[in-house]
Amino acid sequence: MSGNKEEEDPRINGIKTRIRVVPDFPKKGIMFQDITTVLLDPKAFKDTIDLFVERYRNKNISVVAGIEARGFLFGPPIALAIGAKFVPLRKPKKLPGETIFEEYELEYGNDRLEMHVGAVEAGDRALVVDDLIATGGTLCAAIKLLERVGAEVVECACVIELPELQGRQRLKGKPLCMLVEYR
Amino acid sequence: MTTIDQENKKPPRSELAVAASLDSEIMATKEDVQDPRIPKIASSIRVIPDFPKPGIMFQDITTLLLDTEAFKDTIDIFVERYKGKGISVVAGVEARGFIFGPPIALAIGAKFVPMRKPKKLPGKVISEEYSLEYGTDKIEMHVGAVEPGERAIIIDDLIATGGTLAAAIRLLERVGVTIAECACVIELPVLKGREKLGETPLFILVTSDAA
Repeated sequence: MSGNKEEEDPRINGIKTRIRVVPDFPKKGIMFQDITTVLLDPKAFKDTIDLFVERYRNKNISVVAGIEARGFLFGPPIALAIGAKFVPLRKPKKLPGETIFEEYELEYGNDRLEMHVGAVEAGDRALVVDDLIATGGTLCAAIKLLERVGAEVVECACVIELPELQGRQRLKGKPLCMLVEYR
Repeated sequence: MTTIDQENKKPPRSELAVAASLDSEIMATKEDVQDPRIPKIASSIRVIPDFPKPGIMFQDITTLLLDTEAFKDTIDIFVERYKGKGISVVAGVEARGFIFGPPIALAIGAKFVPMRKPKKLPGKVISEEYSLEYGTDKIEMHVGAVEPGERAIIIDDLIATGGTLAAAIRLLERVGVTIAECACVIELPVLKGREKLGETPLFILVTSDAA
């Protein structure tokens, strides 16, 4: 499932063809990978979730952490199917109550990712889910947050990878599972 | 995580309220019948005082998501209500509607359509403005996501004033979609959001007096 063509599951092509590429969004030169069209196809959406669930269901995963906002589309269905808690990782000031944060770099400036204190416990086995990995900055911040509270990050799971941006190298040695590459 | 109950204040949650829908195609329930799963769902919701500003008792559903049984039960109740009823669209309002909507859509075989704050959706969108306490905001939906004649439900975690849900209803109706029902985990009835929804019925699991 991680891009080895000889092993490619027959459902992957159906998912890939449903992803819509929107040029020059949010700014010129960026070919935006729009997954909303996958969500409009119940079979493609179900196949996407099923592929991840099949991979993780017997791995004792106790936490699925999803990165706001598109990680919220894929994380909860996976969490529900494998019997794990769902933990939202959010932009600043969205989560009420006590939070911890991790900063990460943007092209210009920094941003922060926050998690609730107490949501994840030491010893939890976690997945981090997002729709896409680009530079890996956000995923790296997510891994750091989970490790700070003593969770073990088992894998990062994304629908799409932009391999030229080398995000895979920024995951603190954690493996990445993705379904579709875009070059 | 346990719920924070304030000393000397009313319990921040009350029990089940089940909306008896007027739409005969959707299962009607008697108002005094409580689904046995509801109390656990209600007690898994955490109330945070003075967030995002003083005086607001914020209904935090993230603790519900940490309770695997409560989260599963929440989704199951909605799925049981809407499966096999010709619902082809589940529309979810950003961001917490994204947590509840997709699992429901997947289970009933419907499309999931995200309704987002401005400038988040790429490509062509239509938008609908709605009032805030001070000023206005907009929600957007992709052109072509839904087709005339489709039947939809709209999901969000909570209905407060009803402004966002009313805007979502208008957006979908503009493109010829019928909204069978709005569905939320929590209602704050004091804020009378239901009144903004016009003819569209509302189904909720938990009411809270903590507004």
